[in-house]
Amino acid sequence: MSEKRPAYNYGTAILAAFEYLLGKYPEVFVIGQGLWSPWYVGNSMTDLDKKFGKQRVIDTPVAESACTGAAVGASLAGMKPIVVHPRLDFMLYAMDAVVNQAAKWSHMTGGQGHPGMTIRGIINRGGEQGAQHSQALHAWFAHVPGLRVVMPATVADARDLLIASVLCKDPVMYIDDRWLYDQEDDLPPVVECDLRLERPRCLRAGTDLTIVGSSYSTRLAMNAALELEKQGISAEVIDLRVLNPFYPEEVVKSVTRTGRLLVVDGGWGPCGMAAEVIASVMEQVPPCVLKKQPARVTLPFAPAPTARTLERAYYPTAELVVARAVGLVGS
Amino acid sequence: MKLKSDEFSLRRLADPAEFQADLDLAGTSAGSLRAYMSAMQRIRLAERQLATGRRDGLIGGPVHLGVGQEAVAVGVSAHLRASDRVFGAHRSHSHLLALGSSVEGLFAEVLGRDTGHSKGMGGSMHLWDQPKGFYGSVPIVAGTVSLAVGAGLAAKLQQTGDVAVAYLGDGAVEEGVVHESLNLARIQDIPVIFVVENNLFASHMHISTRQPNDSTARFAAANGVPYQVVDGNDVVAVAAVAEELIGAARSGKGPGFIEAVTFRWYGHVDWREDIDVGLHRSVEELNNWRQRDPIRRLKDALLKAGMWTEQDDKALEAKLQQEVEAAWAQAMRDPYPDAAALLDRVYYQGDQA
Repeated sequence: MSEKRPAYNYGTAILAAFEYLLGKYPEVFVIGQGLWSPWYVGNSMTDLDKKFGKQRVIDTPVAESACTGAAVGASLAGMKPIVVHPRLDFMLYAMDAVVNQAAKWSHMTGGQGHPGMTIRGIINRGGEQGAQHSQALHAWFAHVPGLRVVMPATVADARDLLIASVLCKDPVMYIDDRWLYDQEDDLPPVVECDLRLERPRCLRAGTDLTIVGSSYSTRLAMNAALELEKQGISAEVIDLRVLNPFYPEEVVKSVTRTGRLLVVDGGWGPCGMAAEVIASVMEQVPPCVLKKQPARVTLPFAPAPTARTLERAYYPTAELVVARAVGLVGS
Repeated sequence: MKLKSDEFSLRRLADPAEFQADLDLAGTSAGSLRAYMSAMQRIRLAERQLATGRRDGLIGGPVHLGVGQEAVAVGVSAHLRASDRVFGAHRSHSHLLALGSSVEGLFAEVLGRDTGHSKGMGGSMHLWDQPKGFYGSVPIVAGTVSLAVGAGLAAKLQQTGDVAVAYLGDGAVEEGVVHESLNLARIQDIPVIFVVENNLFASHMHISTRQPNDSTARFAAANGVPYQVVDGNDVVAVAAVAEELIGAARSGKGPGFIEAVTFRWYGHVDWREDIDVGLHRSVEELNNWRQRDPIRRLKDALLKAGMWTEQDDKALEAKLQQEVEAAWAQAMRDPYPDAAALLDRVYYQGDQA
């Protein structure tokens, strides 16, 4: 007897968010490369242009910088734009619009100008795509005051955090990962939430150690936790969800209970998100709480390789997370 | 094989010995002309005050002054309305004031006071007065050009008939994003007017040391954007091309491009004349350009046409000078932002709905 297939996967959950936003809010429009083509953005934007018109779902010239700046300018004029970058690597041309303009506008206009816009950047790696088709740069954006950064790990968050991002009056980097698109789940009807109130969330209770992840790293952490359970180790898993502003309270609370912290991150180690999580926790828990030094699983400090053999060595796996967790808990 | 197009040469427009005569006023009402005179004089006196304040150490940060360039913003603004969306750059006092924004708000902003247009958080280089149509200026060269395209795109989607304006300089066209913006504006038929104030210098570098042609309008042509190259020190001429291109944009014909040739009397930044920091900027050249003074040329034409008297002129200047001095005195007394402003404005604080 087979169970009924869940109604959504991560990709169609994103699509549902777009449909909800475009259907309900006339000031929402989408701009970016590949929006009229299924192979840029997977199943996450299928037929939006047909349903809502090419005026509001705009496939663009090859111009990341101008399109992102245009989204900033449109937001200042009362629209709620979503600019889509099918790979984060390509949006580095747009850094001025993101970091100098969108992120600083509220502050430098004395809280009067509000670029309420969403930048959807997709992490799309693996498959021997190499160094410039693979990057996860969320830590860069988490470093900048004035930006918000969200990374959904679950099907529900894929939909609901996108809606919350677009309704937020601040500039938001919404980063999704193509490796998550096959996750499936059922979803309740949409309830709009205020992004400013969203926090990291405990996805799995445990007592021996705390594993922190975000986006695909959360999935690694959850898979690792299942394996650890078989080995008699109880792992608590916290999904960061919102990386900027970063709220460490949930992690601090958890580590205070478990005494051990392992952070898994899809970016590089130095000055990365894992470093920030560990530093924030270390600042807030008394030394006697820790049973072991915190540890992190990150990418090796090198650009993404191309050869599949090197790719296998490059990207962290659930097995690696398990091994590091076992090392922390010890015997 | 053609290496250089003569079509995109400024020719006489770049020669300061030319275009010194008074203006052709035909077709412009006396009321409009007097309003141009008042607006240009107001901007000039305000910037003179800023030069003095900076020289005397009363202004802490850099000021990029546009004295000599007043006709551009005043001519363009003659055909703008408060619901239009204007963006500027580092030298944007005139762009702001030409929209009728308050001098006191500008002074307070430059002095970092809580009463400034940006509540003292922006200074001279981050100006904002959206209720007047001034969406913002930033010092990153070409930083707002794509934002203006977006504000124009918004106007197109909102079907308001409003236009966006991007003020930029001849240096900014060397930035890649300008070309992306021109192309995007054209392909999407976005109501945005690119106004290049070509003052021949980017900081200390003359345009001949930076670009193969001295007219930037070639980039408009390359992107299919209708353009006009105009004497930027002739407010009547600027207003005429602005009327044409803004009118076309309002009626759905898409973007326009104005190259207004002008010259700044001060150096790149602050009150000095910078006759010693770059190539091609000599005392003789500066003095020649002063003869192409947009205010003096309008005044002479008005006098000749019997629409203005020396007495009118003196009265206007006295009134504006008094306004400027009062605004400066008030701004100097105004408070700095509260300490809380440091953190309170990073993110939006109001209701989400």
